[in-house]
Amino acid sequence: MAESEFAQLKERFDYLSERQSADHLAVNCPANKLVEFCGALRDDLGYDLLVDVTAVDWDAQSPRFTGIYHLFSTTKHEYLRIAADCEDDIKPSLPSLCGVFAAANWHERETYDLMGIHYDGHPDLRRILMWDEYPYHPLRKDFPLAGIEVPLPADDVAEATGVTVLPAPMMGGPFVSSADGPMSQTEPSARDESWTEQEEKPTD
Amino acid sequence: MQNTNVAYDSKVEGEIIVTQADAVINWIRKHSVWPMPMGLACCAIELMAAGASRFDISRFGMEVMRFSPRQADCMIVSGTVTYKMAEVIRRIYEQMAEPKWVVAMGACASTGGMYRSYATLQGVDRIIPVDVYVSGCPPRPEALLDAMIKLQDKIGRERSVKNLTARNAKPAKADNLALAGAGKES
Repeated sequence: MAESEFAQLKERFDYLSERQSADHLAVNCPANKLVEFCGALRDDLGYDLLVDVTAVDWDAQSPRFTGIYHLFSTTKHEYLRIAADCEDDIKPSLPSLCGVFAAANWHERETYDLMGIHYDGHPDLRRILMWDEYPYHPLRKDFPLAGIEVPLPADDVAEATGVTVLPAPMMGGPFVSSADGPMSQTEPSARDESWTEQEEKPTD
Repeated sequence: MQNTNVAYDSKVEGEIIVTQADAVINWIRKHSVWPMPMGLACCAIELMAAGASRFDISRFGMEVMRFSPRQADCMIVSGTVTYKMAEVIRRIYEQMAEPKWVVAMGACASTGGMYRSYATLQGVDRIIPVDVYVSGCPPRPEALLDAMIKLQDKIGRERSVKNLTARNAKPAKADNLALAGAGKES
């Protein structure tokens, strides 16, 4: 079923290519055709709800960043996933979908905040979760989970308390809970408890 | 013969009670704690439960939750403190009138809890002095009530003018660093 659906899309939008997917139909779309494609999906094909905007950091590969969009049709009850590669690996950018879906506004701000993808044409591209002066994009692969030392956002509080944003002690973390088993045994715990910040991991 | 007159005897003392100023002031303070709910995450739900009829924090004389820091003297930090929120908490704490106390409710407020991440302050005692820590993720309402009773005990034991002499006499920086350090060790 998904195959014929893709064939129908491909017939009208010849720049698409099919993307491997474990669940719903997924397509690759060139970044410069994204706004046009999404506009047509919304107006002609019933995909009227933008569910999610996110991105993937492929680390050492090029293109390094891929923008991901999840659309849902409230009439057909079907999802569609669109992936668009960012051309530039250093300063990745994609066209903003704010003109097509108003919901894209905050989603794109979040993706900009955490992955550092610039959305061209976004009306208000500011950070949404981290504070404005924060110098990093924390969900990138080269950013450590524990964080990097930077000053506290408020100068006067930093001065009064002497506190800075410090890397968090991982203590054998990250802290994860296993998905299966009784709840009493799935409390979040450090994945590797053989080391802490004070006691290094035993090497043998 | 055993003396059963353990307290005030009007026949002997008339209409006078002799005591210490600290005892009276602390007795008044500890039975009218006005908490300020600093609800930041799921612990706030348990805080609400502690205030509701089943657990009923008013049995201990501290049901007057005030959402204005100027009308409260006990900040209950219930939830995960992010670095972005740290500034807000510090400012709200500074707006509270002396004498004031802080309860760090739950693992996150006490130590950062399971959030060992770039965004989470590893314990609210880094920015404000904490009087009582409550373990749990989140703590049950009984645990919070127990902490509040412990805070009452602590208020009962302190010198009533301590806040005037200790906190305000020293410059803010040295004072808060010392308090934050003391909190970490215990």
